[in-house]
Amino acid sequence: MFSNRYIYIYASVMVIIVAAALSTASELLKPYQNKNIENEKFQGILSAAEVDVPRSQANEAFEEYIVEELAINSEGDVVCRYVDGKLIEGDVRPFNIVLKDELKLKKDFKYGKAKRNPKWPLYIMDIGGELKYVVPLQGVGLWGAIWGNIAFDSDFNTVAGTSFDHKSETPGLGAEINTKEFQNQFKGKQIFDQNGNFVSVSVVKGGVANSAINPIHGVDAVSGGTITSNGTSEMLKDCIENYVSYIKKNINNNE
Amino acid sequence: MENMISIFVRAIFVDNMIFAYFLGMCSYLAVSKTVKTSVGLGIAVVFVLGITVPVNYLIDNYLLKAGALTWISSSFADVDLGFLSFITFIAVIASIVQLVEMVVEKYAPALYNSLGIFLPLIAVNCAVLGGSLFMQEREYANIGEATMFGLGSGVGWLLAIVGIAAIREKIRYSQVPAPLRGLGITFIVAGLMGIAFMSFMGIKL
Amino acid sequence: MSSTREPLFSSKNIKLLTTPLGRENPITVQVLGICSALAVTVKMQPAFVMAVSVIAVLAVGNVVISLLRKTIAPRIRIIVQLVVAAALVILVDQILKAFVYDISKQLSVFVGLIITNCIIMGRFEAFSMSNKPWPSFLDGIGNASGYGLILIVVAFFRELLGSGTIWGYPVIPQFLYDIGYKDNGLMILPPMALIVVGTIIWVQRAKVKELIED
Repeated sequence: MFSNRYIYIYASVMVIIVAAALSTASELLKPYQNKNIENEKFQGILSAAEVDVPRSQANEAFEEYIVEELAINSEGDVVCRYVDGKLIEGDVRPFNIVLKDELKLKKDFKYGKAKRNPKWPLYIMDIGGELKYVVPLQGVGLWGAIWGNIAFDSDFNTVAGTSFDHKSETPGLGAEINTKEFQNQFKGKQIFDQNGNFVSVSVVKGGVANSAINPIHGVDAVSGGTITSNGTSEMLKDCIENYVSYIKKNINNNE
Repeated sequence: MENMISIFVRAIFVDNMIFAYFLGMCSYLAVSKTVKTSVGLGIAVVFVLGITVPVNYLIDNYLLKAGALTWISSSFADVDLGFLSFITFIAVIASIVQLVEMVVEKYAPALYNSLGIFLPLIAVNCAVLGGSLFMQEREYANIGEATMFGLGSGVGWLLAIVGIAAIREKIRYSQVPAPLRGLGITFIVAGLMGIAFMSFMGIKL
Repeated sequence: MSSTREPLFSSKNIKLLTTPLGRENPITVQVLGICSALAVTVKMQPAFVMAVSVIAVLAVGNVVISLLRKTIAPRIRIIVQLVVAAALVILVDQILKAFVYDISKQLSVFVGLIITNCIIMGRFEAFSMSNKPWPSFLDGIGNASGYGLILIVVAFFRELLGSGTIWGYPVIPQFLYDIGYKDNGLMILPPMALIVVGTIIWVQRAKVKELIED
């Protein structure tokens, strides 16, 4: 009843129709999807500096508060600068740098096989006359990726706020890192000790009070979410340490 | 190497396809009446996952992903065929299952007799497509890791189905309340097994 | 087929719509489509979106297959069915990503897994390959709703007992927490979905005696 030829033609026509329909849909919807992803990133950066806006307004708010987007290299020099919607220096808008790729480069760099120096994005915000530095974070939790942003006061030492999110941590345990209760603990902590050495902020299992860590450098872990907490500590150290030479060069000298 | 063993073990116990994600539930409930058939189906799933996950890994990384086509020409760097991944994965799985069936029938008739009837069932087993989709989402670093993940997920599925089949064989002799008999008690037993498997959670190798 | 036109909502057609909600429920009775779905029943919102997605895919897919049914060569029918299902699922996934981004993140790979949801292929094969478009459409809506109903019921209990909220709104009064009530964290974890479904089956079969297996 159905010849082979019929089947071949049928299959080809079907494939063409399906492919055409799907690529049209994908092209049409792509702008919306990208906008969602972008706005979410804007929102995360803003929320670390305690500017909470609905996602739909994240873009405008971002333009309003961000003074400069920088990308710095591991020596602490600025390699890209993006101000008022224009790229002034460098070849890429710092907002579009994919942190995960840069962290991978950093690892490769240690073994001497990286293609180029990693670049680290840094957002400088002006909130009512106060300067804030926002550093994006990327790491690994128990089940998958965790990420976030951490904002510093103008001394680039005291934490002004954080925002974290995760792909698939355990609800009720590790997933608690995206709650305000956890994130607010970071406020006022410091990443340098009195001698100016970088120590980062750690998430301490069993509570800071019961550990040897100076409470100014530690926060309490989420109960039951040990691996997520360790992942968060690791992420903070791994990401913030890239800015140390920048801080030493630019911030401390001005004091 | 260490990393691969860790992925393998995690896929079996921690990220178990059945207990953590409910994948492949239909055949899990339908075929788990006796231990013998469930071992057959389980082995077939290990086999198919072990092949399809790495194949789909290659396809995803060298054809579909954003910027995956740069190995042909750098002008393709902006091409993102990611939206085609579902349909490609399922097509690859269906054709590999078909291929495996033909190869096994030709060269290992004995194996075909015990495994063969299960193979067509597997093309639409959620665990198999799920394996490929999780592989894509978790972004394994190389094909070795992806293969380990595929095999581990398969073995985890095998363990789960053999375990429940053994329990179901025994449950037949128990006094289960009438409305709960059959499907109901199977669900609850599967849930209890899931809770037992949760004791592996948080293991980081 | 009789020459007189059947009214659109004849009793036969209504039955197509209603029996899958109860007596022929795809999850609790036909044991189809459990695969992809239980993992999204932690909260009601994703469960609802998942249910709507499955309804859309199954209803449209049933109609498409039913329209094509005379042209499909039996040898390639499984592939054709898979392609139709996969194409519709991709559309749904793209739409979710564009317009309800938050929920699509929570559903993650489970949207893709609708393709291998046994309900989809099962209904294509068993119903729409041999029926006209309109009954197929109703059959699709009915079966997918029966599936969605269970999803939402499971999600209701898991969200209420596990997080103390319904549809994201807190419903457990604060004074209960004050006197020592705690949300049951176990309800959020995957195995409880199985136990809740088991219990639903129990309740249903205790009411409808003829469903009891021996």
